[in-house]
Amino acid sequence: MNVEQFIQHALNSLTLGSLYALIAIGYTMVYGILRLINFAHSEIFMLGAYFVFWGVTLFALPWPVAIVLSIAVTALTGVLVDRIAYRPLRDAPRISALISAIGVSFFLQNVAIVFFQAIPRAVYRPEWMEDPLIWGNVRVLPITLFVPVLSVALMLALLWVVYRTKTGLGMRAISKDIETSYLMGVPVNRVIAVTFGIGSALAAASGIMWALRYPQLQPVMGAIPGFKAFIAAVFGGIGSIQGAVVGGVVLGFIEIMTVAFFPDLAGYRDAFAFVLLIGVLLIKPTGLFGDKAEEKV
Amino acid sequence: MKRSTTTLLNVAAVALVGLFTAWAQASLDGYSVQILNLIAVNIILALSLNLIYGFTGLFSLGHAGFMAIGAYVCSILIMTAEQKEMLFILGDPAPWVLAAHAPFVVAVLAGGLVAALFGALIGLPLLKLGDDYLGIATLGFAEIVRVAATNMSSVTNGALGFKGIPAYANLWWNVAWCLVTLYVIVKLLGSNTGNVLKAIRDNEVAAKAMGVDVLRMKLLSFTVGSFFAGVGGALLASLLTTIDPKMFLFTLTFNVLMIVVTGGLGSLTGSVLAGVGITVLLEWLRVVENPVSFAGIEIAGIPGMRMVVFSLALIVIILFRREGLMGMREITWEGMARALRGKGVAK
Repeated sequence: MNVEQFIQHALNSLTLGSLYALIAIGYTMVYGILRLINFAHSEIFMLGAYFVFWGVTLFALPWPVAIVLSIAVTALTGVLVDRIAYRPLRDAPRISALISAIGVSFFLQNVAIVFFQAIPRAVYRPEWMEDPLIWGNVRVLPITLFVPVLSVALMLALLWVVYRTKTGLGMRAISKDIETSYLMGVPVNRVIAVTFGIGSALAAASGIMWALRYPQLQPVMGAIPGFKAFIAAVFGGIGSIQGAVVGGVVLGFIEIMTVAFFPDLAGYRDAFAFVLLIGVLLIKPTGLFGDKAEEKV
Repeated sequence: MKRSTTTLLNVAAVALVGLFTAWAQASLDGYSVQILNLIAVNIILALSLNLIYGFTGLFSLGHAGFMAIGAYVCSILIMTAEQKEMLFILGDPAPWVLAAHAPFVVAVLAGGLVAALFGALIGLPLLKLGDDYLGIATLGFAEIVRVAATNMSSVTNGALGFKGIPAYANLWWNVAWCLVTLYVIVKLLGSNTGNVLKAIRDNEVAAKAMGVDVLRMKLLSFTVGSFFAGVGGALLASLLTTIDPKMFLFTLTFNVLMIVVTGGLGSLTGSVLAGVGITVLLEWLRVVENPVSFAGIEIAGIPGMRMVVFSLALIVIILFRREGLMGMREITWEGMARALRGKGVAK
């Protein structure tokens, strides 16, 4: 492998990794606050992608408008999911909310099958996206560079929200202790709704970029990236935003580089993440940046 | 109630199930028999997951993986060498795959045992993990099994899977295995071991403080559960006569989990009742995907609608009846007798 090929692979890894990272943030925020694996998150990702292409093809919206609208509608869907399926179960055993999440995930997936049909659709991209940028032998689509840049911007914005705003303070308080937060006058349900909104918006952004990068839409398209992003979140230490980002990027690199260096293993690429996950959990049961698990007595 | 009376009642119940099976086999149409078959298999799967999750508190999402292992092992053993040579078009089967052959009973047992072996192997490191982490790690295991099944062409025929698996799994076999599962799990849970498992579920730290070897007990429960998941997968393979890796997606685990939760986590009776109810419901819901003509208007069937209704039903159940049909209660002979005598006279 020469340097140019390596750069090419590295760029692809970075793109895939930052897409994973954006989805992983949604998982990690919800888990950090509610201790809930939001299985419906991968369907939120899928909806974000569908909405935008609906907007462009069905309603002939210009791209920027379609993208903004899609992100807004998807964020709203995320908030709605929380309101209908999770909020009534706040004081229930955690398994109830989890089952509810799995139910919502299957519901959204099958609604998508009903409305958008199960067959994969090709995605039509704006023309300027089809011309690769060329330096010597390195050829990349603009989207490949665009994704990491935009992802970093979104993550910085998010960190600002979490560490510099009142809502962010609320999120951090709830993640420490939800009961006390109620007592201290934190508007818990509103903060949680905002969390779902932000997480879903990031998932939508990721879904749109994913569909532009790998131009195909199908109702189950969220499943594999969703699982992997969750693994990225666990890998980085669930609850930690920085951890989710690091986890996502590491996962992207491992996936692309392993296939690049060992082409024989390409068929197994969807299993790498899980093997890595099990390996990491065995050594560090709460992930890289995770808190030490406390035993409740 | 006297022990001999209970035994008598149990024998009578088994005889009744036997009579029912004979009657169903003889006089019901093929479709109804197939539904009864699926019910039996689903009950086996639900009981095994309930043992792991409902009674030991181990959040496992790996059932589809164990089922896949059982299904593949059993299928390889019951197909003839000629069949396998015809079937493997992606590459020649491995010599040991070609040579392997066994009667159906042995094949199902082998499917269960290999699944149990894998259960023990992955359980040993993974069962130390906390509940959500365990769930996601077992889910990862199931995905690894599926990816391996897609790629190990010389053993599994890759993505094409197996077709024309001999259909040995008739109603007798399935019902018999269902009773065996029920018997083993009831016996296990009724024993001291069962109490220890429930103690781990209710408070692991306390159980440890009482001197319970928590990891060993968890491993026992997980392995027994994996065994019956493998058996269920094996029966399913022979029942459907065709398997491929796509069959063992997370959806399959979800269906089993759904039966367990609807029936009540920690209630065997609940698993049995929900196994019957949900299997029937899922079949009955096929109606919404078929075209219907209503008052002269043809309404086209909507593919995917069945799962929409199904998942909606699940959400509604969990929102309004968290503890499931039975909660943690069981229907026992004792309980029934008491109910017959009238509540006041209990004891």
